[in-house]
This record gives sequence, structure tokens and C-alpha cells, in this order.
Amino acid sequence: MGIAWFVVLSAFIFCIGAAGVLTRRNPLVILLCLELMLNAGNLALLSFARAYGNGDGQVFALIVMVVAACEVVIGLGLIVAMYRNKLAIDADEMSELRG
Amino acid sequence: MIFEQILFFLAAAGAIGGALGVVLLRNPFFSVLALVGHLLALAVLFLLLRAEFVAAAQVVVYAGAVMVLYVFVVAYIGGIEEPVGPSAGPLRVLGPLFAGVLLIEIAIATIGSGLRAVSSAGPAVGDNFGSPEAIGALLLQKFLIAFEGASFLLLIAAVAAVVLAQRRRGLEEAGGETPLQIGRRPPTGPQADDPAAAGTGGPAGRPIDERTPTAAQGS
Repeated sequence: MGIAWFVVLSAFIFCIGAAGVLTRRNPLVILLCLELMLNAGNLALLSFARAYGNGDGQVFALIVMVVAACEVVIGLGLIVAMYRNKLAIDADEMSELRG
Repeated sequence: MIFEQILFFLAAAGAIGGALGVVLLRNPFFSVLALVGHLLALAVLFLLLRAEFVAAAQVVVYAGAVMVLYVFVVAYIGGIEEPVGPSAGPLRVLGPLFAGVLLIEIAIATIGSGLRAVSSAGPAVGDNFGSPEAIGALLLQKFLIAFEGASFLLLIAAVAAVVLAQRRRGLEEAGGETPLQIGRRPPTGPQADDPAAAGTGGPAGRPIDERTPTAAQGS
């Protein structure tokens, strides 16, 4: 199984995630699409780790997972704060930094 | 070998289908479920790449813990259905346009440059490759600073989540927050039978046994 297949698949998943970030309006779904993009990056990192026979890329992927978990926590905290302040859960409505 | 290829294409179809489901489904709850499927398919791909420990962490941490957090928040704010496209204005055109441009750009970059270098199945690696032992040795020896930085980042994120999600005083006055226990003595705890707390124990210093204006509006 060529490593190139994995790289191409990761490119596709990254583009799908980016399209979701650019077109969806619900911040929750935008966070989910960010997860897609991070996972595509993870897949590429692991592919290249396999291509070089080196474990470093797997450690990078683990660190990316840590960063993704932090991003999820902060993002969901923001969404809960938006909901509590009775703001619209809509990225287009939240265009100004106004509390 | 042929088994490996069949497994790859099944998992790849699952991953792309899950990703499309995340983007295209209107209900956020179904989007979360599609992402769970996507992550499980991706874990199979990680196994094909001999990354056993990362695959296990993917299933346990991502598909388990993080997705449960998502499901909680979706259940908390309610699954709001929305139209898929952007609302109005230039975003309606620019969003999909940028997505298409990005796809073309990445396709050019992927096809044009790097694929010849990685067209093989990779070098032969020992059984130790990707095992928890190898990953742990790398994390604690070669990448110790990144490891400590990651733990510090997790601590900061946990503190930030507590700060973000706590109930703030003063929001009740503006009618900004749904009151839960306002105007009611808590059934247990120090305020339940403390006569001194009755004077000031309520929100924003109001007496605890008095119904607040916000609660009166809400009822």
C-alpha cells in the first residue's frame, strides 16, 4: 500500500474540513470541521512517519491531538458562554467583538 | 497485501463519508455522530500506518472523551437546525469559492511535487515501531520539552474552561442569563439554615428569600 494514497486522502479530508469551516454558520459545526482539518494533518504526519520509518511523526500527531483537545475545550466553553448570554449561536451574527 | 488494500479503501470511504456527513448534515447532533464514524475509520488507517499507540489514543481520547463533550454541549444548547449555506452577502459566494480554490491548490501541490518520493510502502520497520514503548521513550527523551509544554497547555485550557463557563454575577440583572436557583434557598449547604445568609446570600447581594426581577420575568 503506497504512502501516497494516505497523503492524497489526507488532502481530501483537509479540503472537506476547510470547506465546512468556510461555509457553515453554526460555531459547533465549525469546531467539528476544525477537528476534520486537524485529523487530516495527523494522517499526513503519520504517513510521513511511516515513509521515513521514524517515530518522530507519531509524537507530533500526539501533540496535535493535545492541541485539538485544548481547542475543543476553549471553543465549547465559548459556545456555552454565548448560549448563556442569549446570543445567537451563529457565526455570521457574531461578527463584532461585543459582549 | 490484498487484504490491506481492501481495508484501506473501506476505511478511506468511511473517512471521506464521515467528513462529508459532518459538513453536509444540518443537525449538529448528526454531524457529531458522523465525526465519530470518521474518527473510527481514521483509526483503522492509523493502524495500517503502523501507528498502534496513536490509533488507540485516537479511539479512546477523540472518539471517546472529546466526542462525549460535544454531545453534551449539543444536548445543552439544543440541536439547532440551520441552512447549510452562508446567510447572505458576499459570504454566500466567497466561502465555497475559497473552498474550491483550496482544493485545487492542494491537488496541485500534492500531485505535482511529493508523491513520487512516497510512492513506496515505506521502509521495513520492526515490531517496536509505533508501540507505546517507542512513543514513550521518544516523548520522555527526545521531545521532553514539547511533552511538558503540552501538559502545561492542557492545564491552561482547563483553567480557561472553568473561567469561561462559570456563572457571572451581574448578568442576571441585565436579564442575560437564565436563572436556575434564584429566589430559592438551596436545600443543602451553608446557606440552607444560616439566618445571616438570608439577607445577602442571593444573587448580586439581594436577599436570598426574595424573588429577583429576572426570575419574575422568567416565570
